Amino acid sequence: MKSSVMRISNITLVGLRAIARNKMRSFLTALGIIIGVGCVIAVVAIGNGATKSVENTINSLGTNYIMLFPGASTSSGARMFTGNSTLTADDAEAIKAEAPAVAYVSPTVRAAAQIVAGELNWGTSIQGVSVDYPLIRSWNVSQGTFFSDQDVKSASKVCVLGNTVAENLFTDGQAVGQIVRIKNVPFKVVGVLEKKGGNMMGQDQDDTVVAPYTTVMKRLSGKTKIDMIQLSAASAGQVQEAQNEIDAILRQRHRIGPNGDADFQMRSQEEIAQAQGQQTAILRMLLLVIAAISLLVGGIGIMNIMLVSVTERTREIGIRMAIGAKGRHVLLQFLFEAVTLAIVGGVLGVALGVGASLAVKHFLQWPIVVTPASVALSFGVAAFVGIFFGYYPARKAAKLDPIDALRYE
Amino acid sequence: MPKKVIEIHGLTKVYEMGEVEVRALAGVDLLVDEGEFLAVMGPSGSGKSTLMNILGCLDRPTAGSYLLDGVDVSTLNRDERAVIRNAKIGFVFQSFNLLPRTSAAENVELPLIYGDLGWSRTERHKAAMDALHRVGLKGREHNHSSQLSGGQQQRVAIARALVTDPAMLLADEPTGNLDSRTSEEIMGIFQALNDSGKTVVLITHEPDIAQHAKRVVTVRDGVIQHDEKIQQHRVDVRGIAAPVAPMPAEATR
Repeated sequence: MKSSVMRISNITLVGLRAIARNKMRSFLTALGIIIGVGCVIAVVAIGNGATKSVENTINSLGTNYIMLFPGASTSSGARMFTGNSTLTADDAEAIKAEAPAVAYVSPTVRAAAQIVAGELNWGTSIQGVSVDYPLIRSWNVSQGTFFSDQDVKSASKVCVLGNTVAENLFTDGQAVGQIVRIKNVPFKVVGVLEKKGGNMMGQDQDDTVVAPYTTVMKRLSGKTKIDMIQLSAASAGQVQEAQNEIDAILRQRHRIGPNGDADFQMRSQEEIAQAQGQQTAILRMLLLVIAAISLLVGGIGIMNIMLVSVTERTREIGIRMAIGAKGRHVLLQFLFEAVTLAIVGGVLGVALGVGASLAVKHFLQWPIVVTPASVALSFGVAAFVGIFFGYYPARKAAKLDPIDALRYE
Repeated sequence: MPKKVIEIHGLTKVYEMGEVEVRALAGVDLLVDEGEFLAVMGPSGSGKSTLMNILGCLDRPTAGSYLLDGVDVSTLNRDERAVIRNAKIGFVFQSFNLLPRTSAAENVELPLIYGDLGWSRTERHKAAMDALHRVGLKGREHNHSSQLSGGQQQRVAIARALVTDPAMLLADEPTGNLDSRTSEEIMGIFQALNDSGKTVVLITHEPDIAQHAKRVVTVRDGVIQHDEKIQQHRVDVRGIAAPVAPMPAEATR
């Protein structure tokens, strides 16, 4: 007997016609996948965007960046500020003088204050730093100059404004040379920093005022110890060397033996990146689970409607079988319908997801990164879901008895 | 001697309903020549439907032999029967059984799609058009079932049955859902197709309808009770709104 092998093109024709015949049902079937895939892409894009911006911020610190904090290092590595700082400006001076692998050192003190300029005022954070600060952070002034080493030595009442502060206090853009009052102390504005944008926490890095640390300690905070020291190694390859030198110098200065608990701790840019990377990994994991669940729900939706569809179309299946469709043809047709709906749903879902991501980027100004991998993955999963959840209803259809199916009302 | 389209010997069919065995067919012998117009009559429960299912290769007999167009089909499996149904049988059902929301032409093409005769889409479409023209549906090719009357829908079904040029047309109560005037029309189409050489087997319980055939077989209690040639009640084809065109193949022969 001649075995009839039905061409794939014929199956696809039959399947496409069946889909086109009931557009509403087809749309509802695909809807679960559309939403599932759209959700995955948008969520992954937002997650990637967050990760990316964190990476950017950390990378912008520079690969030779090191932070030095007061306080005992704990086994968990958590940063802890004890009540009294153990670091002094002299420590910073000593490191700069004695550690060859360290290029720049800036003691850092922080204070929060309301800044007044004429009728305007603005609440922000004041950072007391040294002249090395712009070199460590690769952060230049866009107007005026940074304060000088002489300003630091003599604790001059000068400051450099972050871009946001300058814009809010001097709407005409003429900040340099003006006087601002911080806690009633008049400061002369010598420069404005370049715009830097948000950091990893979403904080505006430009919402700051930078002044000599000596001035901040003497005039604003009244502290004698500093909050932290920011440094940069001479080169990226010398970060570890620099950390070892700093450790040795501080242990000597603070009289701590090589085995004693240090009263300070260091974080290199790499270590900060690692710590952030762990957090991001957890975030990504969470997003992946949400994505998997939404696609699963979409798949079950397909199976559900395909099952109903098989029952509803029993008679159609009977007709097809009576005029010569084999079980395999019916199976392939229903499978093809499910996969097509899943793939079309996938495509629409990708469009929806990318659209939603762009909308979020545009309206909320969030950093969004749509990766081809997430598109390819969710698309592939959608097709797989179509096959997996389409198979059972398709097999049910293929196993119908033509006599019963024809008689089905 | 004319070719035999149906050759049935000692056909039985037993359904097992739990403990009880129901003998739907209890030894049927039947010979049908090519070009015959046979009506199978019988009340419900006579085994008529079972016979129709087996004749149509939808079901398998419990015992006995069935040669359809010279091929023994009594032992074929599901898929093999599907191939035979496609190639050798043209079904016409009581409730038309067209695909909903599908044009007449696409409905008629369907058996060609499953048959895989190696035809292109254009060839299939042309064959479907020819079949529709033969049953008098020129100009209605792209109408959907819902846009056609009952009689027109049944004509589409007949065109679908014809399109593969099967060994026989198997019509199961084809006029059951139609009024008497339309019924006449449909029987006229069957007669015209029969005149052009097509073997027609008609299953019906209505004596009036059976009168349109040339031979009537009556089934009762699973056996053939009567088998007689009759004077065919002719339908005047000229009286029908849409006449039946001759089969193109026959016209050139």
